[in-house]
Amino acid sequence: MREPTLRPVATFATVLSRELQLAYRRPADLLNPLFFFAVVTSLFPIAVSPLPEVLELIGPGVVWIAALLAALLPLSTHYAQDYEDGTLEHYLLSGQSLVAICIAKTVGLWLVAGLPLVLASLVVSGSYGLAPSTFGVMSITLASGSYALCALGAVAAALTVGVQRASALIALLVLPMMVPVLIFGTRAISLTATNMPAKGPIYLVLAVTLLAALLTPLATAAALRISME
Amino acid sequence: MMEWLAMGGYAFYVWTSFGLTLLALVGNLVFAKRRHQRILVELRHANSVDEAEPRGGFQEVAT
Amino acid sequence: MWTWFHKLASPPHFYRLAGLWAPWFLGLSLIGMAIGLYGGLVTAPADYQQGDAFRIIYVHVPSAYLSLMAYVVMAVASAIGLVWRMKLAHAVAAGAAPIGASFTFLALATGSLWGKPMWGTWWQWSDPRMLTELILLFLYFGFMALRANITDRQRADKASAVLALVGVVNVVLVHYSVEWWSSLHQGQTVMNSEATMPSSMLVPLLVMILSFSLFFGAVLLHRLRGEVLIREANARWVRRLVQEGGSLEAAK
Repeated sequence: MREPTLRPVATFATVLSRELQLAYRRPADLLNPLFFFAVVTSLFPIAVSPLPEVLELIGPGVVWIAALLAALLPLSTHYAQDYEDGTLEHYLLSGQSLVAICIAKTVGLWLVAGLPLVLASLVVSGSYGLAPSTFGVMSITLASGSYALCALGAVAAALTVGVQRASALIALLVLPMMVPVLIFGTRAISLTATNMPAKGPIYLVLAVTLLAALLTPLATAAALRISME
Repeated sequence: MMEWLAMGGYAFYVWTSFGLTLLALVGNLVFAKRRHQRILVELRHANSVDEAEPRGGFQEVAT
Repeated sequence: MWTWFHKLASPPHFYRLAGLWAPWFLGLSLIGMAIGLYGGLVTAPADYQQGDAFRIIYVHVPSAYLSLMAYVVMAVASAIGLVWRMKLAHAVAAGAAPIGASFTFLALATGSLWGKPMWGTWWQWSDPRMLTELILLFLYFGFMALRANITDRQRADKASAVLALVGVVNVVLVHYSVEWWSSLHQGQTVMNSEATMPSSMLVPLLVMILSFSLFFGAVLLHRLRGEVLIREANARWVRRLVQEGGSLEAAK
């Protein structure tokens, strides 16, 4: 019996809806990064200083780094779970476009783990005393940056499928690659906070994200084939 | 000679840099050669085990 | 020409050639270093601004150059290994990584030793070159950690090759973003006078860069011999080589 080959768009839709259903049934996947983010960001005022001027200065960086670390959490199970229950093998043998499957899984991950963090970051920014004028820039850059993280993280997750203790390895592989997005993202927010034009760095965040979004699915698909050989 | 060694007051920084570099270069060479030797020894070991037990064979060398 | 390449890619042939070439690379690089060091430490005049501290350039710049070169070698070899399924290319990538990491560390250490008398601090976060080198070091660590954590060698070869290719795009992005970022923080840099360097200073530097590259070649050849043996462990020529304990020395 051979399954009919779907068009990539249909494959994408099927896999994405599966990802979202799975997330709906396991709300812990959605909530763990959020709780982690909340705890980490509340430790900084305690450890560094609760003074408003300090919080305003470190706010963008703290929110960004905490969001990156929180978004790393679900990566270690991103492909490992599919690998363990055999879904991954089905994906590879199905004859459907593996790139479409990878993109769908990345988008699913971003919807579940990335976007909620953007909302949470606004709450935290407010508590840090960042000007409300920065919220728009914060949302755009974090939404974009978290997608870049999901896309790069997917490559690392695919490379480490079946590897013991993969989570620390994934962090080591992904975090250095986030430096450009981190630089432009935090800069855009600090510029906006001081009423300076921030279009340049915003476009650069979007450009780097676009590059990651276009190139990494190919690398992820190749990595999955290598890992499953 | 002493004046040259003093490096215009920067002796510590200059000579530490050159010393570290020497250490790194020698280390690189020694580790590379030693790893090659160790692999040869381990392969010989695996082979001698192999003769007693033909199904085995070389599996993995610690990196 | 092609047959020559094919012969080179054959593991037993390469293993033997690598053993023959390595001493030449090493010898030439040592002669070059002796010349470069004499030029840099003795005949080159002290810098009018930095005094004798500038002489650190003769180990710092070659290390920094090799830290990047090794990454390029690693990425190109990875691409060749993935596209043409060449074991030898994967061996090159695996062998270049630890050497590149060590030169990256050396570039950071000597940069720090140079920075202390010039900037007054061991580490300057706003210096774009040091920051790029630091990220580069992390990328090397990632590459080696991934290899170390995958037990199957073929999979480790291919997986780390994919990582190296993703990483090489990243190195370029990191370089430009860090440069842009540090320009906002008025990053000062130790050396901006390379272009106007008099030849009594420049020539020894070029000689040192060339010698370091030859040294890199010599170490890589030694590492490759080991990597080739591991990958060919069950081949007949390796078994013969290993059994003939006596001719082992001859093959070396």
